Amino acid sequence: MNRDDFRAGLRGGFPVMLSASPFGALFGALAVDNGFSVADAVFMSATVYAGASQMVGIELFGNNVQPWLVVLSVFAVNFRHVLYSASIAKHIRHFTLIQKLLAFFLLVDPQYAETEQRGERGLPVTFSWYLGFGLVIYFPWVLNTLVGALFGQLIGDPKAIGLDVLLPIYFLGLVLGFRTRDRFLPVVAISAVASVAAMHFVGSPWHVSIGALAGILLAAFLPQEPRPRQGLAAVEKEA
Amino acid sequence: MDAQHLNLIYLIVAAALATFATRFGGYVLITQLKRIPPRLEAALNAVPAAVLTTLVAPAFVYGGFDVAASMLVAFAIGLRFSTLRMLLVGWVAVMAIRHLVL
Repeated sequence: MNRDDFRAGLRGGFPVMLSASPFGALFGALAVDNGFSVADAVFMSATVYAGASQMVGIELFGNNVQPWLVVLSVFAVNFRHVLYSASIAKHIRHFTLIQKLLAFFLLVDPQYAETEQRGERGLPVTFSWYLGFGLVIYFPWVLNTLVGALFGQLIGDPKAIGLDVLLPIYFLGLVLGFRTRDRFLPVVAISAVASVAAMHFVGSPWHVSIGALAGILLAAFLPQEPRPRQGLAAVEKEA
Repeated sequence: MDAQHLNLIYLIVAAALATFATRFGGYVLITQLKRIPPRLEAALNAVPAAVLTTLVAPAFVYGGFDVAASMLVAFAIGLRFSTLRMLLVGWVAVMAIRHLVL
């Protein structure tokens, strides 16, 4: 371990930690509101450690969606991480296996973005730096979940204080974060129509799979515009 | 611990494993596969927006006037500002509608 690199990582991750903190607390409060105990909420933040998908998980769990569909949805929302781990492979090849496993566990969006940038700039991506950057985000995320969950326990009726609108608005914000992607509008439009129709004709929870499948199939079958190979320039904003 | 709670623990562990698989999977894939077919890439690229839209649209349509109106306000904010600000303004909007209008 290199202390200077570790400290540089801590400094780099600090602002990310600050901006993610409200979302950690929000997750904790909404998780309790959706039937989780305080310990469940903290356990989920500590083991899954992926904000957007954790919110999806509690939303579907709260609506009594079958467990396999909840896990599938978490997997789908996190699918972008496949691209991240493929992309940073070249920078962390020198890590040992244990270091790689830990690095992949901590691979949230800002961790990916910062690692990629550091590598591109020619700075060394050492394990000490990576760990410092990751841990200064990870531990406060878990701690904020605890604080939020304890607060959530005190709330009687979430609707009375307007908590129930926060999840759909949060998901809306995430959708907007993808708006520069290819085929964004047709995908969102068809998924919106299909999910509403599925909700009406088939019922929850099928609106998730049916709506998502409609958008994904459309993206695959729309004419592919020839474009220069681009890397993973766009990193989604995520809590 | 009762059976229902145990099921939730299993669910969280499965979600954690699924998430870890995505974070490890790309590294494994890149060392195996040279190039991703363009249609597959387009489909994969569409996954997150498609999934998340299904959690937004039905809430907007079936959530009632107060939820729909505050989502519209949040949408307008989201075109310019951060998610955190969307949440704040959307929350103020729904509270205002519930306590002042309805």
